[in-house]
Amino acid sequence: MSIRGKACIVGAYEHPTRKAEDKSVAQLHAEVALGALRDAGLTRADVDGYFCAGDAPGMGPLSMADYIGLNRLTHYDSTDVGGCSYLMHVAHAAEAIAMGKCKVALITLAGRPRSEGVATGTAPRPGDPRQPDVQFEFPFGPAIANMYAMCAQRHMYEYGTTSEQLAWIKVAASHHAQHNEHAMLRKVVTVEDVVNSPLVADPLHRLDCCVISDGGGALVVTSPEIARTLKRPIVNIRGTGEAIKHVDGGRIDLTYTGARYAGARAFEMAGVKPADIKYASIYDSFTITVLMQLEDLGFCEKGQGGKFVSDGNLIAGVGKLPFNTDGGGLCNNHPANRGGITKVIEAVRQLRGEAHPAVQVKNCDLAVAHGTGGSLGTRHGSATLVLERG
Amino acid sequence: MTETRIPPAPTPDPSTQKFWDAARQGTLLIGRNSKTGKTHYPPRPVCPFDDEGEVEYVAAKGTGTIYSFSIMRAKVPYAIAYVELDEGPRMMTNIIGTPFESIRIGQKVKLQFQPTADDGAPVPMFTPA
Repeated sequence: MSIRGKACIVGAYEHPTRKAEDKSVAQLHAEVALGALRDAGLTRADVDGYFCAGDAPGMGPLSMADYIGLNRLTHYDSTDVGGCSYLMHVAHAAEAIAMGKCKVALITLAGRPRSEGVATGTAPRPGDPRQPDVQFEFPFGPAIANMYAMCAQRHMYEYGTTSEQLAWIKVAASHHAQHNEHAMLRKVVTVEDVVNSPLVADPLHRLDCCVISDGGGALVVTSPEIARTLKRPIVNIRGTGEAIKHVDGGRIDLTYTGARYAGARAFEMAGVKPADIKYASIYDSFTITVLMQLEDLGFCEKGQGGKFVSDGNLIAGVGKLPFNTDGGGLCNNHPANRGGITKVIEAVRQLRGEAHPAVQVKNCDLAVAHGTGGSLGTRHGSATLVLERG
Repeated sequence: MTETRIPPAPTPDPSTQKFWDAARQGTLLIGRNSKTGKTHYPPRPVCPFDDEGEVEYVAAKGTGTIYSFSIMRAKVPYAIAYVELDEGPRMMTNIIGTPFESIRIGQKVKLQFQPTADDGAPVPMFTPA
């Protein structure tokens, strides 16, 4: 059974904060929950499905359901594969709605790494020693930045990709962020600015990295029947795909991502091709993350990502594939170090025609949101959504 | 003389004690399927590739080539890498004993165990061959 056309996104909310020193993580979850429900024209009493991931404090959804006051849950799920969990939650919510397990599903994400002073990308984190890979990896200092840097280094070696080409991805994000009053970095940058910023982990520079921000976001997913009774524009979930890619007993290939499989599955379910897509939200923890995923989703040939992203091809109104028109994780927001939910939120804005006028894609009827969770340098989850205007 | 990063000690478990005991003797063990001969890393008692055959722990020659690397511009910088062993598996490691700017993908390297903090087992690093 396909879930194509069985569920819709009717509520989306991104918390305006980027630094929440005076708020708790639970409070942020509650605030984004109410924000998305208000956006949909629904209330807590309508919610019978709830989805959250590892950023939610407590055991799975238990503490959050209690704290937020969700009292009618018939279905809940806490799939956690890092930053792309929330794209999977959209797919899982659609499945649950199609199966009749719930009618109105709420998805929340929130965190405050900026206020907590987390050195997200540069400090190796020890992890649980029972995690079987930790003893074979942690002694060598795998931070997030140097793992993605090894992907970039190998991509450059195999395909001739350059730092200047990677820089174009940040340049495009900054062109979009200048119009977003909530974005952390609103200054338009140039290729030179990016390649002249300090190296964090060769060949990635500081401006190849995403921001560290507090905040969060939430989504509301429901059935087409309920969606039609609401006042907001409908966004249909047309295709979903998930994948996992790992070290494979020592046969890891750093030049591609799980998007190769997740994307193919989502496009097949949706019955569309990458060329049909008007707008793409692409997970952007680093510039290299975007480049590899664009290739793996099929927007260009493998190895041609560098050429594809250059010369403003990702800038709304300029290039062929406008991406991350909110400024993305690179310039706008990467709440809780997990950029998945904001990818869906901006795709929803575009499909509703509610993006900032300066970056709104004309006749935006078909969009992709794609995410990665974990590390491209070791093991990661991938999730793709094909969304359409209802 | 530049400061060198002291790696944190690995945390052996009942399934890997053999690996870390061998490391203290200067031997790098990899897993090999007794039926198919396919090698894997990190070694584990259950073969990640094939349902049949037993896993044998065999000594790697200790030679390989750099598959990828990155210089972490930390307070004490270090070179993280994946080295492809001549036996096949790629393993996460550090490149040591050479200027950072001389490190290249495809470079031939050889095993050199390095001590870890708190008298932990030494960990397998690589240096130009």
